[in-house]
Amino acid sequence: MIDQTDNIVEIRDLDYSIGERQIFKGLNIDIQRGKITAIMGPSGTGKTTLLRLITRQAVPDRGHIIVDGRDLAKMSQQELYTLRRKMGMLFQNGALLTDYNVFENVAFPLREHTKLPARLIRHIVLTKLHAVGLRGAADMMPRELSGGMERRVALARAMVMDPDILIYDEPFVGLDPISMGVIVRLVRKMNDALGISSIIVSHDVQEISTVADCSYLISNGKVAGSGSPDELHNTSSEVVRQFMHGMADGPVAFHYSAPDYAEQLLGRDTE
Amino acid sequence: MLRELYVIFKGFVRTFGALQIFFLRLLQHSPSVFVKRFRLVVHQIYNAGALSLVIIMVCGLFVGGVLGLQGYSNLARFNAEDSVGTFAAFSLLKELGPVITALLFAGRAGTALSSEIGLMKATDQLAAMEMMAINPLRRVLVPRFLGGAISMPMLTAVFNVVGLFGAHIVAVNLMGVDAGAFWQQIHSGLDPSDVYEGILKSIVFGIVASLLAVWEGYNAVPTAEGVGRATTRTVVSTAIAVLILDFMITAVMI
Repeated sequence: MIDQTDNIVEIRDLDYSIGERQIFKGLNIDIQRGKITAIMGPSGTGKTTLLRLITRQAVPDRGHIIVDGRDLAKMSQQELYTLRRKMGMLFQNGALLTDYNVFENVAFPLREHTKLPARLIRHIVLTKLHAVGLRGAADMMPRELSGGMERRVALARAMVMDPDILIYDEPFVGLDPISMGVIVRLVRKMNDALGISSIIVSHDVQEISTVADCSYLISNGKVAGSGSPDELHNTSSEVVRQFMHGMADGPVAFHYSAPDYAEQLLGRDTE
Repeated sequence: MLRELYVIFKGFVRTFGALQIFFLRLLQHSPSVFVKRFRLVVHQIYNAGALSLVIIMVCGLFVGGVLGLQGYSNLARFNAEDSVGTFAAFSLLKELGPVITALLFAGRAGTALSSEIGLMKATDQLAAMEMMAINPLRRVLVPRFLGGAISMPMLTAVFNVVGLFGAHIVAVNLMGVDAGAFWQQIHSGLDPSDVYEGILKSIVFGIVASLLAVWEGYNAVPTAEGVGRATTRTVVSTAIAVLILDFMITAVMI
């Protein structure tokens, strides 16, 4: 722990497994305050799991996760909730409350945590919805929205409490190029203007390269490479090169581990 | 064989223990949720209670009617058809009222609760609340538990009243039992303790049915099949629990 004030999240020697499968083995990651950090990796490497660990929706088997200078494992539920008020998270599928319309969904954290007057809540919610371009959809129900719109509403909801840390789980999936561009600029703008620290999980190398200050590439439960997008592009590491350039052949297998192809097709594997 | 039984037994004990801890956590938050989030509780009383009224009343009317018919035809053999009122009131207040209401409640409100909670879990809505620093236990589970537990005794009362009305229609209006004798027999035959037994049962069944519905929903496997299975299990486990508890309470109260 060299300089605590500089890193908003520090992960040290993290081990985590689900059932028999070991997801992380001695993972170390530093996420700098006020920067946009990308977590990349092939699907199934546990990127979403990592977000769950950082927000203590899951508890690691071993190792420490320090968020804002405090060890998550030593927090009471009350302290954890206080910390989470400063975090906003964008779930992969949006996770909007299906009983409420778009406006109420974005207003939900405000109504739960503050006693602001209705006019002010309305003002804040409409501003956030405007930022994601969905002010006109305020009265719609979540089931009437497309996947991309749902994600944008969820982003507005994640921002509504003005968090210090914003966590995005695959924010670019399912967005059309126009909203993708807007969202990328929005992420950038919030970081620069408000000093928010952002953590983005994605495997969209192109988009990440335009927005991230620093990227981590996770493979086989460890950090395979890290640095700015340029550094990653010009790295000598085989794993990183394969991922950044989308090559089928390399140290990372495209196929999930399986018995021999020919043997299985011939039905010999069952013996 | 013995080994399998042991594994099943161990699983049962573990689940039962977890259920009790879950129940204590619900109880721990209940008073403050009831006071601070009263509107949420009222909303759930509407969902679980008011929306179950139709099925409760229709079933109550016909159960009462059957009691009137059966009571009349059997008691008439002993020339005791005037006692049909006592017969119906006894059966309804002490047994059929609380038990059938609890079973109907599990089918109508319990399934709605568990599938709703299960689906919220499957679509990450509960996790999203967690991330917004909102405790889903307080925001989602406790209001639903309280709403159900409060609704059940009231529904039982409605069921009993409508049931007696049904018995009255059949016995007095159709079979020609004297209305005065019908009500007089109920009045003199029933002790307050009989009524208390029914009330106690309805309270216990209400707590158990709501607890199991919320529990099954909260522990549902977050898939379409898992939510469906949780809904089924709500009805099955509530039915079993209610009938076992009914026997136990009756045995103690007699």
